[in-house]
Amino acid sequence: MIVRINGSPEEVRDRITAAELVTERGLNPEAVVIEVNRRIIERENWDETVLSVGDSVELVSFVGGG
Amino acid sequence: MKDIFNAGGKELTSRFFLGTGKFSEKSLVGDVIRASGAEVVTVALRRIDSGSKEENILNYIPEECTLMANTSGARNAEEAVRIARLARAAGCGDWIKIEVIPDNKYLLPDNAETLKATEILSAEGFKVFPYMNPDLVAARKLEDAGAAAVMPLGAPIGSNRGFRTKEIVRIIVQEIKIPVIVDAGIGRPSEAAECMEMGCSAVLANTAISTAGDPVGMARAFAQAIEAGRLAYLSGKPAREFTARASSPLTGFLRNSGRD
Repeated sequence: MIVRINGSPEEVRDRITAAELVTERGLNPEAVVIEVNRRIIERENWDETVLSVGDSVELVSFVGGG
Repeated sequence: MKDIFNAGGKELTSRFFLGTGKFSEKSLVGDVIRASGAEVVTVALRRIDSGSKEENILNYIPEECTLMANTSGARNAEEAVRIARLARAAGCGDWIKIEVIPDNKYLLPDNAETLKATEILSAEGFKVFPYMNPDLVAARKLEDAGAAAVMPLGAPIGSNRGFRTKEIVRIIVQEIKIPVIVDAGIGRPSEAAECMEMGCSAVLANTAISTAGDPVGMARAFAQAIEAGRLAYLSGKPAREFTARASSPLTGFLRNSGRD
């Protein structure tokens, strides 16, 4: 299915969870914040957050900044 | 007596806020923070590029530091609020530097949108540190909106052009009660010292340090300048005169009386 990740459409497998998305992309879960359809997903809810077709997902993390 | 800086509900001993952007090596960040003595360190939040294996900046920031995420990238209040909430969810705590910047050439902030974001985030319990264009009316409104401090710019971000806004910042320092932290454009330790001599509560610097030949040395130089400027402010500035005031006795010496 297609979801939008950080603004770009991407193919992901059906019923993927937020937690799986993070680990399958090789991201360090400690360093990531996930927003799905503009709602922040708290880390304890990543496992039960199942993505659906057309969801808009933001994956963000901290970088250096002033 | 110890000179404590109360900001955002914390007692700070350092008046040097440090930004972590633009360091050539992330591994430098820890050494620079230690050399600076900074207790408040800023970070930014960005979308993760797929494929990039960028290391987490937080790994390089000593645990005892207070993190202050900025909302860089926000072009209006709504985006700033969204970024602030993401930063808090990411475990960054509740200190937030509001940065609402609609233009990319001079990176000057939008004070009206900054005020809106400050109102919303203060009400949500954030400690809000708004980056602003120096303006007394806007500073008063930010104070009324619950800002923890105001952060007027000294010159455009990253320009190293120094404390160009001093006339207006001086007025803000005189007229508002919350701390005034000069943020952006400060390029030399002497300029940071000038901010502190004037009575500003702290200085935030980033580019001046991260782009110096020796960032660790420059961090130390800024720390000393900020301390010196603060001590000068606390010691009461001496008066300025248009004519000389002798510092040694001027009674006739090695001169015959009656002659010039």
